Amino acid sequence: METNLALLLLLSPFAGFLFNIFFGKKVSKSISGAIGTFTVFISFLLSICFFAQLNQNGKPFEISLFDWISVHNFKLDFGLLLDQLSLLWLLFVTGIGTLIHLYSISYMHDDENMHKFFAYLNLFVFFMITLVIGNNLLVMFIGWEGVGLCSYLLIGFWYKNQSYNDAAKKAFIMNRIGDLGFLIGIFIIGQLFSSLNYMEIKQAITAGNHSSAMLGIATLCLFIGACGKSAQLPLYTWLPDAMAGPTPVSALIHAATMVTAGIFMVTRMNFLFDLTPDVQNIIAIVGASTAIVAASIGLLQNDIKKVLAYSTVSQLGLMFLALGMGAYSIAVFHVITHAFFKACLFLGSGSVIHALHGEQDMRNMGGLRKAMPITFWTMMISTLAIAGIFPFAGFWSKDEILMVAFEHNKVLWVVATITSIMTAFYMFRLMYLTFFKEFRGTSAQKHHLHESPSLITIPLVILAILALIGGAINLPGSNWLNHFLEPILATKHEEHVLGTHEYMLMGVALMFALLGIIGSYMKYIKQGFVPKVDAEILGINKTVYNKYYVDEFYTFLIVKPINSLSNFFRTTLEPAFGKVVYGFGTVANGIGTQGRKLHTGSIGLYLFAFVIGIVAIISYLFIAQ
Amino acid sequence: MDVTTILLLLLFGSIVTFFAGDKMASKVALLFSLSAFGFSLYLLNVFNNGNDISFISNWIDMPKVSLAFKADGLSMAMVLLTTALTPLIIFSSFGNSFPNAKNFYALVLFMSFAMTGTFLAADGLLYYVFWELALIPIYFIALIWGNGDSEKRKNAVIKFFIYTLAGSLFMLIGFAYLYTKANSFLLEDLYKLDLSETEQCYIFFAFFLAYAIKIPIIPFHTWQAKVYQKAPTVGTMLLSGIMLKMGLYSVIRWQLPIAPFAAKTYMPILIGLSIAGVIYGSIVALRQKDLKKLLAYSSLAHVGLIAAGCYTLTLDGLSGAVSQMIAHGFVIVGLFFAAEIIYRRYETRTISEMGGIRSQTPKFTSMFMILVLASVALPGTFNFIGEFTVLYSLSQANMWFAVLGGTTIILGAYYMLKMFQNTMLGETNTKVFTDVTTNEAITLVAIIGFLLFFGLYPKPIVDLVIPSLKEILSNIN
Repeated sequence: METNLALLLLLSPFAGFLFNIFFGKKVSKSISGAIGTFTVFISFLLSICFFAQLNQNGKPFEISLFDWISVHNFKLDFGLLLDQLSLLWLLFVTGIGTLIHLYSISYMHDDENMHKFFAYLNLFVFFMITLVIGNNLLVMFIGWEGVGLCSYLLIGFWYKNQSYNDAAKKAFIMNRIGDLGFLIGIFIIGQLFSSLNYMEIKQAITAGNHSSAMLGIATLCLFIGACGKSAQLPLYTWLPDAMAGPTPVSALIHAATMVTAGIFMVTRMNFLFDLTPDVQNIIAIVGASTAIVAASIGLLQNDIKKVLAYSTVSQLGLMFLALGMGAYSIAVFHVITHAFFKACLFLGSGSVIHALHGEQDMRNMGGLRKAMPITFWTMMISTLAIAGIFPFAGFWSKDEILMVAFEHNKVLWVVATITSIMTAFYMFRLMYLTFFKEFRGTSAQKHHLHESPSLITIPLVILAILALIGGAINLPGSNWLNHFLEPILATKHEEHVLGTHEYMLMGVALMFALLGIIGSYMKYIKQGFVPKVDAEILGINKTVYNKYYVDEFYTFLIVKPINSLSNFFRTTLEPAFGKVVYGFGTVANGIGTQGRKLHTGSIGLYLFAFVIGIVAIISYLFIAQ
Repeated sequence: MDVTTILLLLLFGSIVTFFAGDKMASKVALLFSLSAFGFSLYLLNVFNNGNDISFISNWIDMPKVSLAFKADGLSMAMVLLTTALTPLIIFSSFGNSFPNAKNFYALVLFMSFAMTGTFLAADGLLYYVFWELALIPIYFIALIWGNGDSEKRKNAVIKFFIYTLAGSLFMLIGFAYLYTKANSFLLEDLYKLDLSETEQCYIFFAFFLAYAIKIPIIPFHTWQAKVYQKAPTVGTMLLSGIMLKMGLYSVIRWQLPIAPFAAKTYMPILIGLSIAGVIYGSIVALRQKDLKKLLAYSSLAHVGLIAAGCYTLTLDGLSGAVSQMIAHGFVIVGLFFAAEIIYRRYETRTISEMGGIRSQTPKFTSMFMILVLASVALPGTFNFIGEFTVLYSLSQANMWFAVLGGTTIILGAYYMLKMFQNTMLGETNTKVFTDVTTNEAITLVAIIGFLLFFGLYPKPIVDLVIPSLKEILSNIN
């Protein structure tokens, strides 16, 4: 029974995918959307059931479905594991997934390929479930690559636009750079433990079987994989480009779920990372650097979705910072609260874009507060959450990261705090430019300003509520989430006893967040500043606005050389190889006394002569023995 | 009942097709190839039930040559690959009309016969005869029914013919030498030979030339891209889907067990050369302008990885290589067919003249996309099983082999997605592109179905080949 339900949980979205691919065109758009949404909702309900059961008996549920791959030192089955970590992910993936599917019914209604959109979205949920539900690293890898595929398909959903296709391709390839790292990590782990099954590796570690030199390389490789999927330095540049996809995609895949896969993976393998403190330090440094770099770029972006994209990169950086400090459950806490408020923000921006008929540049927005009150208020709540204002969800999770950082290393704490100030600043900048002051768009747009339909606003409201109260799952004192995740963590995380020290840190964090907000208020409300047109952005601002020219740097350093090399191989080396073959013929020919007479120009003849010559030589060698 | 029935069926089919007349030729050929496939499946069942389906009888007394056909798991897998792909290839050509169709299809079946023989032969000379026999039909197929300027085509095809023939001659010399030692061409006798280290090296490289050209391993690949481009698609499919696996199969069956010392000595060089092919092929593929040539170079990259797997001399390397041979056989046939489908409508193979097809052809787009994904070894496809196992075996030999060989994951995605974008996506093409016909769809669906099914459940294939590979490995070590 449980096996069947678990299978249903996994396969329901896949059934939705199949339906929409094969019959989606034949049924009405609403039915196509409804089926897409409903199949994900089923998975959500089943996740709740399993979750309730786990809460009752505390026993993880593992099943093996069939033998899959075998190599000389281990066999791998296709198996599922429903434990604390996977169920937590399942809950918010399918929960938020359902909301975003619902939202998409309205958002994508005018698209002629809506059924395909839902098919891909369903397929994504299916692969995401596979990613988190597998009982070994290779099943995770199926999901890992599968979500990458769906991301590719959805970024390039409007395939007539080649720059969107470029963005899709870039995402896939950059992810694959990480995936190679992931695979190598898997190889090393397979070699070390003769297994890829989480439980078995964990047992082997508890039994004291590990060599830490290779293990360090393994975890580093896994982390490279995580960098690709979760958009960390230096593999983050695909994520902002991925905003080419329809906005629900950005919300679901490129904010709430897929990009958290890296965090999931590191948390899943926490017992390995705990043994390699050097790699943990690298993770913390990479995370902190990503957080501050991305936040600084976010300060000056004018495309509403780009701001949110860099904000996502930056927040993911904070989560990795937490992971690097061994605070897995806190990273997970931030993953969940972030999923709530970032999904809400993206969906809200989609609502705005929808109302403005595709306009994404905040310089052409403003004053939308009155026309779109629900969108405004839900986004406002989420902005307060991401800025870390008490008592919104983001306050609690971010505060815990800051607290751990403060104990761990003061430099990391400073970096994270500056990131928080920047976050508060650019998020309120986004709100001010979009919703306050006067409308700066065309009069035609102004005329059509409207609040979005209820299929769009309902998910917004639900997510905003979650962004408001989501912190409750891990309030200091109760720490429900920390306790819940304890069984899957190798080392117990120390809990903060709330003392003066902690209250002071909280106060400091809150103060800095307010500082960012006030700064933003002074500039964009008091002074009424509106960002200049691109040509007038100069100096350091220009460098930041152009994202530090990292893309250009990669093109110069990697893409161009590879293409030049390809051209060189194709036009020079290949013919040269050919000539060598001909050359042998010619040489053999020259050795022949009748060379001149044989110069008939027939390559066949040359080659034949070459063959005879070589045959003679080899025969001689054999006989000489 | 033994494996010779498959051979006889194909040979007989070739003759019947020749006399069937141009109109019926394709259908007769399909019928025979299908029955050969059916028979192979039946024999597989017999074999799996533990029965011996090998065949041996004397043929020539002086020198002593036997008609020995050995069927073990490895051979059966390769035979099934051949007999499964042959009807698919024939059926895929139903949309084309060839002048002198009876000759054409008779040659196709004959080639299938010769290749099947190569995979089954357990006598060196017999094997050599089949090996060379397979070259003749493809030579004519490419020469007579190929495309493009006939002079250039002739040039490319003759070059290919002589080049591969030249390589094979070294193998013949190798066999001749082995005969003087063993007084027999029989595989088992050759396995038992106790060759000195120097002898092994000579034998190894004599064989290597033949195989390196056939597979091809760089820098012996110069014939490949042009011939793939010039041959008719059926020919390209036969070459890339089955024939180049003859080389890889032979490495496992003949080269490694007969000269294991040389194989071990030169292992790093051989693996290095094979992996160089992976990277080189991928990079050249990046900027190809001709779709068929691009696929040819992708093939170069893929077989490089397979060869690397073979030369690791480990069970994982060999079993991964066999899986990948089969997976690559199917996917490359599918991809060349996709190129043919485009050619049938746009009469071009130049990528820059395509684009904007997707909006007109939902079915074709999906199927083409899946083939592209299988080619880049997305997990869930059979190609992933092969690639994973091979890379795993490489990582055991040396982590850097796996890293370098693994670049195929990145580069493969790069050139394949770029190709897909340039051929299929973008603003709707002004030229009309009708979606796939039922016949075309059947071929593609069969290939995709195969790749997806065994991607999730590769056990039957792996279990089939593992015992035979273990036996071969026991001869190596």
